[in-house]
Amino acid sequence: MATQTAIAPRPARPPPWHDARIRGIAYQILFVAVVAAFVAFLVHNTLVNLRRQNIASGFGFLDREAAFGIGESLIAYSPADTYARAFLVGLLNTLYVSALGIVLATVLGTVIGIARLSSNWLIRKLAQVYVETFRNIPLPLQLFSWWAMFRASAPAPRQAWELLPGILVSNRGFVYPVPTADPVHHWMLLALVVGIAGAIGLSRWSKRRQALTGAQFPTGWVGAALILGLPLLVFLAAGMPLHLDWPELKGFNFVGGGAVSPEFAALLIGLTVYTGSFIAEIVRAGVLAVSWGQSEAASALGLKPGQRMRLIVLPQALRVIIPPMTSEYLSLTKNSSLAVAIGYPDLVSIAGTTMNQTGQAVEGIAMIMAVYLAISLLISLFMNLYNRAVALVER
Amino acid sequence: MADVDVTQELPIPVERPRPVASGPLAWLRANLFNSIPNTILTIAALYLLAVIIPPVIRWALVDATWHGQTGRACSAGGACWAFIAEKGRFILFGRFPYQEHWRPLFAVVIFIAMIVASCDRRLWGRRLAVLWLAGLIAVGVLMWGGIFGMTYVDTSLWNGLPLTLILATFGMVFAFPLAILLALGRRSRLPAVRAICVGYIELVRGVPLVTLLFMASVMLPLFLPTGMTIDKLLRIQVAFALFAAAYLAEIVRGGLQAIPRGQFEAADSLGLGYWRRTRLIVLPQALAMVIPPLVNQFIGTFKGTSFVIIIGLFDLLGAANSALTDTNWQGGFYIEAYVLTAAIYFTFCFFMSRYSQMLEREFNKSRQR
Repeated sequence: MATQTAIAPRPARPPPWHDARIRGIAYQILFVAVVAAFVAFLVHNTLVNLRRQNIASGFGFLDREAAFGIGESLIAYSPADTYARAFLVGLLNTLYVSALGIVLATVLGTVIGIARLSSNWLIRKLAQVYVETFRNIPLPLQLFSWWAMFRASAPAPRQAWELLPGILVSNRGFVYPVPTADPVHHWMLLALVVGIAGAIGLSRWSKRRQALTGAQFPTGWVGAALILGLPLLVFLAAGMPLHLDWPELKGFNFVGGGAVSPEFAALLIGLTVYTGSFIAEIVRAGVLAVSWGQSEAASALGLKPGQRMRLIVLPQALRVIIPPMTSEYLSLTKNSSLAVAIGYPDLVSIAGTTMNQTGQAVEGIAMIMAVYLAISLLISLFMNLYNRAVALVER
Repeated sequence: MADVDVTQELPIPVERPRPVASGPLAWLRANLFNSIPNTILTIAALYLLAVIIPPVIRWALVDATWHGQTGRACSAGGACWAFIAEKGRFILFGRFPYQEHWRPLFAVVIFIAMIVASCDRRLWGRRLAVLWLAGLIAVGVLMWGGIFGMTYVDTSLWNGLPLTLILATFGMVFAFPLAILLALGRRSRLPAVRAICVGYIELVRGVPLVTLLFMASVMLPLFLPTGMTIDKLLRIQVAFALFAAAYLAEIVRGGLQAIPRGQFEAADSLGLGYWRRTRLIVLPQALAMVIPPLVNQFIGTFKGTSFVIIIGLFDLLGAANSALTDTNWQGGFYIEAYVLTAAIYFTFCFFMSRYSQMLEREFNKSRQR
């Protein structure tokens, strides 16, 4: 009818302020503009304040002489070196304690996590007490406690506690004997490398043989014998040239041997024990996540308990374990910055000293952040690659 | 009829199950000595306990000194609980004016009452939010003073346990709205918004808390217009909130991702716009789902408050460290001070984590059938 044609046809496009796409673009421009204005405001204030305080910005200070001593360093360092070198010392210390902490916390956490699943009531309860205690006490408090134990409660070197023959604890830290270098040790190292290569080759060969014939070979035992046996054989053949450099008390401190400072020991033990309690829970949850039917099926196939764990349960548990484990590794690395509280010269504590001396707070904090972001990204990348390797392969 | 004994009608005698071995001996055999490796483990663990526990008991109870005015009273070689008796109040409340200690005490009681009340699921909702708001205002009034005849107390004197609780709870309360916005931004279809939110979250999560605290204490004054200053406690509080927000945002995002697509579509088909859809349909479901991890995050923030010691704030741990420097108590009563501090932290964290585990079980119950 004519009345119907009288209705104006709807416009093909809504007005621009009703178009979701255009509104989206407008919102984004607005949002970015607000954020940019805020950042510009902060930058402007910072520049004005820095100029007022006569602080030159830029990284030129890195070439100047640091003029402060560092207690522990993996590389040669003296106060006459530059700030850049001091930063490097701090970075290496951070990486060193984090890497050691990650390895030790993983071992400790795995042992405790499995102990929490033990059929032994006492072991189970002890593991639970450990986890609940160390998880629920803040890390800085734990670090201070360890530090106080080594620094204040441990005796002077003269009355040092002897944990094991040669390993002594005093308020100067741990001292332990180290073997003095001998040319035979290089040959032992070579034998170790040969042993590891042999074990890898053996495992490949036995896998291929099992796939072809079904016959099994005790790869684990023979491989271990190769790896440990070859260096031992070299050692015995060379007439056991072992000279230990024992720590000796001279004056007020020990001379000779290896030494670990109370600060490093407190930091490493604190990080390990604290993170270990979290890793234990992750490992426990991972093993529990593998359904009981899998273990039963493995037993039904005639696998022994060890094989059942290694071939069936563990690979499946790892899939659950790895993502949360990655974040534990990340938090351990970040928590190593608490070193500044107990005086271990890590990156943050050296950067803090630098900032106090030069006033270059912006640059110092930017450098710390950049380093930690890079470390975080690297750990994430590495763990994601590993995760991909163990992930479920689907069609 | 009613007197008929039914069992006599049965032709086959009822076979009772063999009695299961019970009693302490059977329990011991089943749980401690069920195999040779377990027996060895049990004996090793018992030996370890026998080596550790008696000296600890001797130190903590038998040789301990309970009363005394100075460190010289503690020469028995055991624990010096006299130190705690004398300095315990300082560890709890720090340098808050001594005569006014009832105020931080009251604040702590309010905090504990609010935390306990939050555990009651019947209160969840608007009423709890109002309760928290009222509680936080009451805490602020008590600590600051200046009205109702209470003397004004500077924030630098807010020490000890109240400071720990303030940093943790205010941090979470401020962080929460920001976290929701960040999580929504990260899930947004608008690329610029998403990029900025992802950048913020990953940047904050990638650096240590210590760095952010440094930033708040050293760098934040530089960011402000010349002549403007912000109270140190407030700066640290802001840093805490910004830090917690990044972690909370990831938790909230987890909840958002778990909402089925159908919910969004249903909201769209009802004609709800973005904000109404988010407020009425998406967030209530998403937040309810992530309550257990939120509680865990609160525990993390609570423990994280002890990091402020690095920039010289006297929280519970800072007050304990400062009590140790008292010249009347030379001799390093570290263990005693740290045992008290650890016990307080442990009590809070342990009960909250137990509560979160219970919630998790409750929540999973409704999902499994």
